[in-house]
Amino acid sequence: MGFEVLLKGSNMLRLLEGLSTALNISLISVAISLVLGIILGILMAMHNRVVLFFSKIYLEIVRIMPQMVLLFIVYFGSTKVIGINLSAETASIIVFSFWGAAEMSDLVRGALKSIPTIQYESSAALSLSSFMTYRYIIMPQVVRMLIPLSINLITRMIKTTSLVMMIGIVEVLKVGQQIIEANRTASPNAAFWVFLVIFLLYFAACWPISLLSRFLEKKWKV
Amino acid sequence: MDFNVVISYIPTYVDAFLLTVKIGWIGIAFSLVIGILSAFIMHFKIPVLSQIVAVYIELFRNTPLLVQLFFIYFGLPKIGIVISAGTCGAVGLGLLGGSYMAEVFRSGLEGVSISQTESSLALGFSKTQMFIYVILPQAFSKSVPGIVANVIFLLKETSVFSAISLMDLMFRAKDLIGLYYNTTEALFLLVIFYVIMLLPVSFLGSVIEKKVVSING
Repeated sequence: MGFEVLLKGSNMLRLLEGLSTALNISLISVAISLVLGIILGILMAMHNRVVLFFSKIYLEIVRIMPQMVLLFIVYFGSTKVIGINLSAETASIIVFSFWGAAEMSDLVRGALKSIPTIQYESSAALSLSSFMTYRYIIMPQVVRMLIPLSINLITRMIKTTSLVMMIGIVEVLKVGQQIIEANRTASPNAAFWVFLVIFLLYFAACWPISLLSRFLEKKWKV
Repeated sequence: MDFNVVISYIPTYVDAFLLTVKIGWIGIAFSLVIGILSAFIMHFKIPVLSQIVAVYIELFRNTPLLVQLFFIYFGLPKIGIVISAGTCGAVGLGLLGGSYMAEVFRSGLEGVSISQTESSLALGFSKTQMFIYVILPQAFSKSVPGIVANVIFLLKETSVFSAISLMDLMFRAKDLIGLYYNTTEALFLLVIFYVIMLLPVSFLGSVIEKKVVSING
């Protein structure tokens, strides 16, 4: 059948290790994206012309360039053009943070913009200081809007990390290929089961997060 | 950067570009069909089918395209289902896109307010008439921003096709970098061709979105 390959030796464990490599990269990238994205999103909501101009270009680059292309540019291009030899891990964290920060900043900007002016005016009429306005009126609403969306960003980041095998990181797909190669003669049909298991592993990693995001979105819907 | 090298690479890239665009748009067409059908099945709560569609949507929304393609291209032949790389790319993209499009259409259908249904029933529309003349047009115009976003997303996802040895733009770039070390030139053309592929779509998308927003009010 081919399924027994997964039970042989530590094959299943190796697959899980591969998955955790991918998850590690995505979690680091998410953390960086959240911080940079929030800063950039607040800057963008301030209506500074220069900031808006550059952020528009930045967002458009991220909008139309596949992450795969960015990955190639950073990984292969950096060595050639500026002579720095980045490890594949560093290159992928740079690219995914670059991408994630853009997505996050757009979410933050959207959330800040969705608060109607009347709320600021009413707070001013109630003589709240601008710190109090943000602390008690604006932030609670923005945060409730942003949390489900940023959780959703995590699943998208995890899915995107599957690309890192293309620049040679040994993550779950690569481990899968190695297992299939090693057992080519003994179990020629292993590919079906190995890739099915990887498919389900990714699903198991992303689905609970998606559910959580959806649950919070519904719960906090204004 | 050596522009003679760039010029000599252009024909190879044009071939790859045409292939990528072709498979990309076939996949998008698939995804629209699958998405609309799934959304209808979910909307009308057709028994059995709607459960299957719900599982399909969750499975494909929560896994990366690369993993789906590996399973379809390398996994399925082992149980007797052999498909060519091109078909696999289009089918994979269609299945992934279908699950995203289904969500867009479904929320479009749900977004039509209940007063519209009530009003059309009060005006004596039959259920079918109501669906075709009242619900569908409004649901569609509400779905447009989501469709545009997904089309761009799917065109970008075509960049993983090289993993199943389709000779797409990424494949050519990687090939040329490996063979001749003309990294700068190969990457430059890669970016240029993706810009050619996506910038018009992105631009047209924002124009259509603006138009639809003014209709939706």
